[in-house]
Amino acid sequence: MSKIYIVGALVRGKQKDVLIEDGRIVRIGKIRASQTKGARVIDADGLTLLPAFVDMHVHLREPGLEYKEDIATGSAAAVAGGFGAVCCMPNTDPVTDNAYIVRYIVDRAREVDLARVYPIGAISVGLRGERLAELGKMQQAGAVAVSDDGQPVSSAQLMRLALEYAAPTGLCVISHCEDKSLAADGVMNEGLVASELGLKGIPSAAEDVMIARDIVLAEMLGTRVHIAHVSTASGVQLIREAKARGVRVTCETCPHYFAATDELVRGYNTYAKVNPPIRTESDRMAIIRGLQDGTIDVIATDHAPHATFEKELPFPQAANGIAGLETSFALAYTALVTTGYLTLDELSDKMTGAAKIVGVECGALQAGALADLTLVDTQESYRICASKFVSKGKNTPFDGREVYGRVRYTIVGGELKYTYAKETEQ
Amino acid sequence: MKRDFLQLQGIDPQFLQALLDRTQELERAIVRGETHRRVLDGKSVVTLFYENSTRTRCSFETAAKFLGAQVVNVSVANSSVQKGETLEDTAVTLDRMRADFIVVRHAMSGAPAALARYVRASVVNGGDGLHAHPTQALLDLATMQRHFGGVSGLTVAIIGDIKHSRVARSNLYGLQALGARVKVYGPATMMPAGAERMGWHVCGSIEEAFVGSDVVMGLRIQTERQQCGLIPSAGEYNRFYGINQARMQLANPGAIVMHPGPVNRGVEISRDMFGDERLVKDEQVTFGVAARMALFEALAQA
Repeated sequence: MSKIYIVGALVRGKQKDVLIEDGRIVRIGKIRASQTKGARVIDADGLTLLPAFVDMHVHLREPGLEYKEDIATGSAAAVAGGFGAVCCMPNTDPVTDNAYIVRYIVDRAREVDLARVYPIGAISVGLRGERLAELGKMQQAGAVAVSDDGQPVSSAQLMRLALEYAAPTGLCVISHCEDKSLAADGVMNEGLVASELGLKGIPSAAEDVMIARDIVLAEMLGTRVHIAHVSTASGVQLIREAKARGVRVTCETCPHYFAATDELVRGYNTYAKVNPPIRTESDRMAIIRGLQDGTIDVIATDHAPHATFEKELPFPQAANGIAGLETSFALAYTALVTTGYLTLDELSDKMTGAAKIVGVECGALQAGALADLTLVDTQESYRICASKFVSKGKNTPFDGREVYGRVRYTIVGGELKYTYAKETEQ
Repeated sequence: MKRDFLQLQGIDPQFLQALLDRTQELERAIVRGETHRRVLDGKSVVTLFYENSTRTRCSFETAAKFLGAQVVNVSVANSSVQKGETLEDTAVTLDRMRADFIVVRHAMSGAPAALARYVRASVVNGGDGLHAHPTQALLDLATMQRHFGGVSGLTVAIIGDIKHSRVARSNLYGLQALGARVKVYGPATMMPAGAERMGWHVCGSIEEAFVGSDVVMGLRIQTERQQCGLIPSAGEYNRFYGINQARMQLANPGAIVMHPGPVNRGVEISRDMFGDERLVKDEQVTFGVAARMALFEALAQA
């Protein structure tokens, strides 16, 4: 186990030294020279120390879709984005709907040994929405949540069973909310831009109807439910009202829902094609208000890497998804903190809050805490450069955007897993 | 620098007007039987149609042949797309065969723009998804110019399935560029989201659509729209949205009725309108050839 000595980092606004040993924070504050013997020293002058981020919604694509991403490249992208832990969705090939694949992901991630990887199992066998997968066995193998992400659980009865069955296990049930009949064959947000481009629209209601259904089910059963990637103003309001009634609903949004609008699709920009679709300015502002008032608990990335050939297609044929791990913090910091909507501490909570929802330990800025930490530079602006992503997925509509918030170091379990190398920028 | 023709949104009004003026000359020449020209001698025009369309393809082919071009018609069956040949593959293949113009029709909005990025040939949009059908708008505008001497100041009502109509969108942008006023009306299930912000006036009643209009344009109702429930029946559509003699009384004196064709008789246009000289759908067909000739000429000279 290595020893790390961080010198002069900003910890909640004050410059402090931090000593890490055996995977834990030993001390924050003045550190005696004798204690630092043999430690790797990180000069953190001007850098801010935060708990490493936790992302409860990524697609690592392994097994089966390694041409898009694999556990090694996805984990490398995670630590490059400041993430200490990620939860990976089960729409792999074959589907992660059984304990054997869960165990494979856990084992492979340990070999890779970068970020912590927590598998999410499928709710239904084969993501087909017909019958429950073996939730208990998957949990024993290491799954922390279940979801049919990418596919909605269209049957209300199956969702009811999933919520009921999962409740005593403590497994988090994550719902991808999309009424397929309302979404029809839409490919972007329904509205002016879609009408002008002649692209079929997906109305907000396609998402809201299922959010409402899941709230009703969770309320009736008294169980928890987590709503994935909320994108609509009306969805935020449904969740706000449910929380006020005491319904045990949590939810996440993603950077593209508060850092962009459907205007980004103009010119048939397939890199802005994602499901749910990027919505309008009023939705964007409602998402920000939801983050401010606590309606939205978590910022996840929905990191969805794709190969270039899957994006370089006519818009309706192009794959849905944005590779988000390496831009998440910068987009959030720029859109939310530099604008004054959230403080950096509040943003930090949104980017680690997933740990509590899925029930895993994460870093904290106190002695004794798990040393999952990230050091960020919030001063210098830079342009996002997709071709420099560590992820295999270079698919982002934010390529070239000027942002603040550079991840400089990521420490996971007391080990330095990522160091930003300036020369790679050139 | 090659020149493509993909949409009318953002078109230079002077360029558009010049195309229409040239279309008038060419239309007269066609009517006189003077159809042999050499502007496209030695040039190759490929029509690449991913959707079936007899009249549009035939119109492009005739226009190109009248100008002396070699024409190759490529029908891309859906099955070959499903076999995995991408638009890019097809484009590169045609480019290697030294096509000078590629006229593309595609079910997906934006496909011609994507194609244009892959090829050296000039790409002409022959209709893409719900997005644009700019040559249809050219011939529509040319027909209006013939009847009214110009397009500026006209009031044009477009009635029908606005949501799924690339013809409506292209007419909107062309008419706007030349200073005409556009009104739309149709079943609420056939109006696009955000319609009121697209630059046309959304009418509240069928009467409002007709009153004060110089041009009333019907749009073809696709039978599959009826099957997916956007309208209950063709008969009900005709009763509430059909163009008929009684409603034409509300339009301006001298008003004309247009339709991109083929017409579902008794649906978009009531049977009592057929034989009425105000219905100019067949004139539109001749203008279609002339407009496409004018376009090829302009692109060849660029």
